[in-house]
Amino acid sequence: METLEPILAAHPFLKGLEPDHLKLITGCASNVVFQPGQFIFREGEEANQFYIVREGKVVIETYSPVKGPIPIHTRQKGEVLGWSWLVPPYRWHFDARALELTRAIALDGKCLRQKCEDDHDFGYEIMKRFAFVIAERLEATRLQLLDVYGDRS
Amino acid sequence: MATVLERQIKMGDDNQNPMHPKLFKVMKVRKETHDTFSLNLEASDGSGGFHFQPGQFNMLYLFGVGEAPISISGDPGVKKTLTHTIRAVGAVTKGMMKLKKGDSLGVRGPYGTTWPTKEAEGKDVVIIAGGIGLAPLRPVIYHLLSNREKFGKTVLLYGARTPDDLLYVQELEQWRSRFDFEVLVTVDRALGKWQGNIEVVTRLIPKATYDPANSIAMVCGPSIMMRFTVLELMKQGLTQNQIYISEERNMKCGIGHCGHCQIEHIFVCKDGPVFRYDAMVELFKKRDI
Amino acid sequence: MTKSSFQIGELLIVELEHFQQLLDALWNRDFAVYGPTVKDMAIVHDEVKAVYDFPIGWTDEQEAAHYQLKKTGNGALFNYVVGPHTWKKYLFPPKVSLWEAKKEGALFEILPDKSSPPKMAFIGIRACDLSAIMIQDNIFTKGDYKDSIYLRNRKNNFILAVNCTKSGGGCFCISMGTGPKATKGFDLALTEIIDDKRHYFLFEVGSELGGEILSQVTTQAAGETEKQTVEKAINQAKNQMGRALDTRGIKELLYDNSEHPRWDDVASRCLTCGNCTMVCPTCFCSNIEDYTDLTGKLANRQRRWDSCFTLEHSYIHGGSVRSSVKARYRQWLTHKFASWIDQFGTSGCVGCGRCITWCPSGIDVTEEIKEIRRSVKVSTAV
Repeated sequence: METLEPILAAHPFLKGLEPDHLKLITGCASNVVFQPGQFIFREGEEANQFYIVREGKVVIETYSPVKGPIPIHTRQKGEVLGWSWLVPPYRWHFDARALELTRAIALDGKCLRQKCEDDHDFGYEIMKRFAFVIAERLEATRLQLLDVYGDRS
Repeated sequence: MATVLERQIKMGDDNQNPMHPKLFKVMKVRKETHDTFSLNLEASDGSGGFHFQPGQFNMLYLFGVGEAPISISGDPGVKKTLTHTIRAVGAVTKGMMKLKKGDSLGVRGPYGTTWPTKEAEGKDVVIIAGGIGLAPLRPVIYHLLSNREKFGKTVLLYGARTPDDLLYVQELEQWRSRFDFEVLVTVDRALGKWQGNIEVVTRLIPKATYDPANSIAMVCGPSIMMRFTVLELMKQGLTQNQIYISEERNMKCGIGHCGHCQIEHIFVCKDGPVFRYDAMVELFKKRDI
Repeated sequence: MTKSSFQIGELLIVELEHFQQLLDALWNRDFAVYGPTVKDMAIVHDEVKAVYDFPIGWTDEQEAAHYQLKKTGNGALFNYVVGPHTWKKYLFPPKVSLWEAKKEGALFEILPDKSSPPKMAFIGIRACDLSAIMIQDNIFTKGDYKDSIYLRNRKNNFILAVNCTKSGGGCFCISMGTGPKATKGFDLALTEIIDDKRHYFLFEVGSELGGEILSQVTTQAAGETEKQTVEKAINQAKNQMGRALDTRGIKELLYDNSEHPRWDDVASRCLTCGNCTMVCPTCFCSNIEDYTDLTGKLANRQRRWDSCFTLEHSYIHGGSVRSSVKARYRQWLTHKFASWIDQFGTSGCVGCGRCITWCPSGIDVTEEIKEIRRSVKVSTAV
């Protein structure tokens, strides 16, 4: 069977990862496909994976009994979905739903957490990459909050 | 007998008063969003033809109410019709929202600097617009598409507040369906049936296909949006002199006389509104100037 | 001595008793003649018909936030410095109609302006104010777009400059290189001399028109003694300068110090009243206001002087760019002394000192700049 390694190596999130580390991560990877409308994860569930999106589009949303689903932001090709697997209590805080046919690689969080503990060099590498993702999300969220196109901007 | 002044300077033609508008007739009104609309105008005297370069603006005069600086949003290749897209935010622009076909409007212009369409030839072109900022960039898009062979990859990244605030939705669809024009649209927030991106426009920058080393970026939108966009473009490897932005300031005359649009030594009305970023980078560091 | 005309550069003496002939010659040539006169206990510019309209025997005492007229006892016509008025009120009027338009159905048309350009003679322009006029010439007549109103008002001017023989408390024209002697831009320039026996004026011809006008006045050739007396009198003004400003590297000094704590300090004293901009002979900001008559068929656009000290000046949709006092004061001073140089090739300040005199809190531009320079010197010395 063809391994997922070359696909992972080519993804922006993992670009430049050392071969040893790439092997470690490939060991936790599996291919997944989501149909349009299908939930990838739901708020409150245990967060035991994250996803490297290869194709399609995913919306992160929350739910209000009055308004229904409230979309927050979208993730697509070249991006990473989910980081709750990395921080206790390892539960999803939002829903994620495929908007289009979405192909992704799921990475087993439990397996990765253990590998990060066992090999801190590997752990640091993963942490650096997630810090980047989280910082980027935080900056984008701040920009969204600024409502720059609003009436008083 | 020549007075001192006449000896010192060549006197201008007295009859050419730059503050006199030319009369234009509204040919068509199109509602774009709840607060934004486009006007198609033609010269009332039938003289026809309004020449401008992408990025320039006009002072539009509404009878008895006043003037507002509005960028030209139409096709520079279509000389007969002058098109403006206007967001109703002040007394003048709110008044203009009530204009109907056949009404008249005063026009002075075109004024200001232009987007670097010549410099961009042979290069990839990345157009980044936020909100109403798409209006002054639309003439560039028309120019690119009618001279497509002169440019490398062309990209439009467009962000708006909500799906309802998107301008030119039909045209966006048309542009998107072309194979030679990459169009990515996003909104900051959305409810309901929106299936598109919900992301700030800066996050589209890494997703588009272009060669940072051989690109020209043209950016227009709110000040904060432009600053973050420039930051992201430079992260991608563009240099200051590959990035162009359009500035907004209070303008009363459009010809560098009234003093309102100054940013330190710059008169936005005549030195701008389009600036290469390296000319503005030091000024961007200063506050409230 | 009468002659059909005098040559540019010629020096001639006019006795006080013949000064009226000059005014008459101008009025006879259909000039509206404006000069100094006393009004509301200040020396202002207004129409002058006769010598007795001039501020005879008055002088002005000036300091920061202080202006007072004083009787001198001598009969001098020009024994004052500069008052609250500048000459820009005639060339770039405080309030002026840009145009009127009439509506007919859905159309409107701009009504033709039928008035003819004025012919104005300005009597008593000081060297600093003459420089200020040339600075405004630069702004309004030398760019891609010419200001029609300014051109119209500026076209038929007669300028009689007066060289200063005394300086006021706010004066620093020497620092700005504009005075106290008028060197160009005039049709005639005079220096007024009163000694034990005589009260006379030494005239210098600056243009053909000046030579022609002067030829209609009783004159005599200027002697060496008189020339020396005049030179001495002008030197006296040089030695009396109330203020001084070090202009070396002033552009960089201000550009580089936009966050200097002195701006907060001056902002705590500035009332943003805009007096400095109103009395400044070079300030050129304007705003446009729109009016209609009761029927709504006749519309008028009026241009008024504006001041960068108002919040509205920098207003764009959402708010003002320069919302703090600090930002607005800094804009004014930095524009005047720094960005002006980039914009127009000269300083925007002519050293007339009006902004110092007429500031109700006595803010002194020379002091503010000196303070910034001093602290920068100190910090670079350390």
